[in-house]
Amino acid sequence: MSEPILVAENLTKWFPVKRSLTQVVRHERTWVRAVDGVSFSVEKGEIFGLVGESGCGKTTTGKLVMKLLDITDGTLKLQGEDVTHIKGAALAQHRRHVQMIFQDPYASMNPRFTIEEVLMEPLEIHNVGKDRAERDVWVREILEEVKLSPPDEFLVRHPHMLSGGQRQRAATARTLMLNPSLIVADEPVSMIDLSTRAEILSMMKQLQREMGLTYIYITHDLSTARYFTDRLAVMYLGKIIEMGPAGTIIDKALHPYTMALIGAVCEPVSGKVNQIKDVPIKGEIPAATNIPTGCRFHPRCLYSVAECWQEEEPTLDDIGGGHRVACRRYKEIERLGNAARTSEASLGLRRTA
Amino acid sequence: MEKERVLEVQDLELHYFTRKGVVKAVDKLSFFLRKGETLGVVGESGCGKTTMGTALLNMPTPPGRIIGGRILLDGQDILKLSENEVRRRVRWETIAMVFQGAMNCLTPVYTIEKQMRETLQQHRTMEKAEAKERMKNYLNLVGLSDDVLRRYPHELSGGMKQRVVIATALFLEPKVIICDEPTTALDVVVQAQIINLLKDLKEQVGVSFIFITHDLSIEAEVSDRILVMYAGRIAEMGTNAQIYGPQGPAHPYTQRLLGATPRLHEEVEELAFIPGTPPDLIAPPEGCRFHPRCPVLLERCAQDDVPLREIEPDHMVACWRCFDE
Ligand SMILES: Nc1ncnc2c1ncn2[C@@H]1O[C@H](COP(=O)(O)OP(=O)(O)OP(=O)(O)O)[C@@H](O)[C@H]1O
Ligand SMILES: Nc1ncnc2c1ncn2[C@@H]1O[C@H](COP(=O)(O)OP(=O)(O)OP(=O)(O)O)[C@@H](O)[C@H]1O
Ligand SMILES: [Mg+2]
Ligand SMILES: [Mg+2]
Repeated sequence: MSEPILVAENLTKWFPVKRSLTQVVRHERTWVRAVDGVSFSVEKGEIFGLVGESGCGKTTTGKLVMKLLDITDGTLKLQGEDVTHIKGAALAQHRRHVQMIFQDPYASMNPRFTIEEVLMEPLEIHNVGKDRAERDVWVREILEEVKLSPPDEFLVRHPHMLSGGQRQRAATARTLMLNPSLIVADEPVSMIDLSTRAEILSMMKQLQREMGLTYIYITHDLSTARYFTDRLAVMYLGKIIEMGPAGTIIDKALHPYTMALIGAVCEPVSGKVNQIKDVPIKGEIPAATNIPTGCRFHPRCLYSVAECWQEEEPTLDDIGGGHRVACRRYKEIERLGNAARTSEASLGLRRTA
Repeated sequence: MEKERVLEVQDLELHYFTRKGVVKAVDKLSFFLRKGETLGVVGESGCGKTTMGTALLNMPTPPGRIIGGRILLDGQDILKLSENEVRRRVRWETIAMVFQGAMNCLTPVYTIEKQMRETLQQHRTMEKAEAKERMKNYLNLVGLSDDVLRRYPHELSGGMKQRVVIATALFLEPKVIICDEPTTALDVVVQAQIINLLKDLKEQVGVSFIFITHDLSIEAEVSDRILVMYAGRIAEMGTNAQIYGPQGPAHPYTQRLLGATPRLHEEVEELAFIPGTPPDLIAPPEGCRFHPRCPVLLERCAQDDVPLREIEPDHMVACWRCFDE
């Protein structure tokens, strides 16, 4: 088995919340527990997916990996080296090895720059490449790689002169300029329509195969995650609650939260048509300032019993084949689930407004 | 017996008169909406879905202008009415729209009550107390509690804001509601909840919907009939069973669009996509507008403009291959 490129252990990020006067007087502090102790590792050449609802801490995790934010607790290792608290030159090196693609490519590109300048910038910042001529050659090669060709046509354009899909290709090209060892792609395709989405992901995957790239792919779109990733981690309120090979997670999910996510996905399938499944989940996601005790999912879980909130939070246990799940009732629920397939009603799955 | 048609659109044309030229964003569309039905409108980004929605409210965005066609709402052509009459009797009263991204455009400093009043009170003179009572009713109907009225947008989740916007659209009891990408920015769980809500409303209130999205898998869940748009025109229109059934859709564009829509429980080597990009609507290609990207084109496709024809009841296609001549 190859060395993991990245190892995160108990990675934690709490943001302080502005205090009210009474809180200041009483020396109270509230925290947004955005990332609340996550552990995972990413192998070289692997695509690791991070999925979950809005606000569950995916972007924050990505930023911690990039070291754009200080780590509150836990450790982060890149290629065997502890990078948890690096500063200065080491940090600059880290930011060169780990690159990020953002959801909105506008945010990462200076609108006044041409695509040529956008791509040159990282080379200049990190002083890579012998001279202008060598950098020029690279820029053209990368544009060909992301299929913005002929390069001459695109080099002179500004970001707003590209379609959404082309802009995301340019953003990908930019991250590739420094030959990174890890790319964090944060919802790179969620703003574009389905056909273009498929086109971009195909291109990213092809690059990964050809160049041996490693990605962390952040998304809330489970249907592309299945195709695009090797392994998937499902986050809920700052914690990973299920993790494993992508196919296993999607076809044989065991955590009630993952099952709810999967049950809610629409599919263009005949037969199922016009009968969207009841979504087996209650209410809405609570605030990350006020994380429920015990299993943090229990208030929304249709299967929770007293021990789920009275006892300690369940750990993310390996149940074989690299499949990990943090639910103390998963075996019973699995049995119930099998029974439910024969009689839906027995489970009492209901529509929740 | 066929259900009555609440909306009938004939040869509707809306062009944007830009400095670079005339963008033919809605180019002679004809279709209808039956009472109590949900009609899905799909197509890639930029094909004219939102533009069509604004046209149906007779509310083009500048520099857009409706340059032809008829929009019969309950038999009356609203394009023949004065702006004043449209504002008083049609828009929001008979046909309402949940705009793309509206949930993110609520005024941050207004309470939800004030937001709803702003949109509605210019329409009907109603006692303040009566209006408030109705607001509560509609908020409850979309699954929100009364106290939402006192809250500010930032205190609500995305799903709750979308429910507020839907409640506002329902308030004057229109016959038709156009929903433009109402779930696109939402998580899957919330998306499913909103879809279930719209279905319940259709049953309870009997309102008819036009549901706009670029995602065919959502249309499969919500729509009775699907209208597929390509480059400002209708490529195909059919019932849910005709589009998603075992035979599959007839138009090569719809087929490709469906092929590019991933299925959760299928292992695939490669995601399919439609090579090329949609055409420039200032100078669209001759013949069938899809022909430059079509994998199965005939010689005449590049030359002859293709009409929309019925190939079986309720199923219309604009593709030379589908016509036996
Ligand atoms: N700089 C910050 N200060 C305070 N709270 C923050 C900050 N950044 C993020 N948060 C909070 O941390 C939590 C996790 O946010 P994050 O952006 O990581 O979620 P996400 O999973 O990426 O969501 P989305 O799918 O909406 O992008 C949220 O509750 C968010 O409000
Ligand atoms: N106000 C405007 N002025 C000029 N052109 C416009 C305007 N609004 C839209 N267009 C053009 O009209 C065409 C149709 O746009 P429209 O917004 O209706 O597409 P859409 O199908 O709703 O796309 P999306 O899925 O991205 O929302 C596009 O080519 C667009 O660039
Ligand atoms: Mg995010
Ligand atoms: Mg639109």
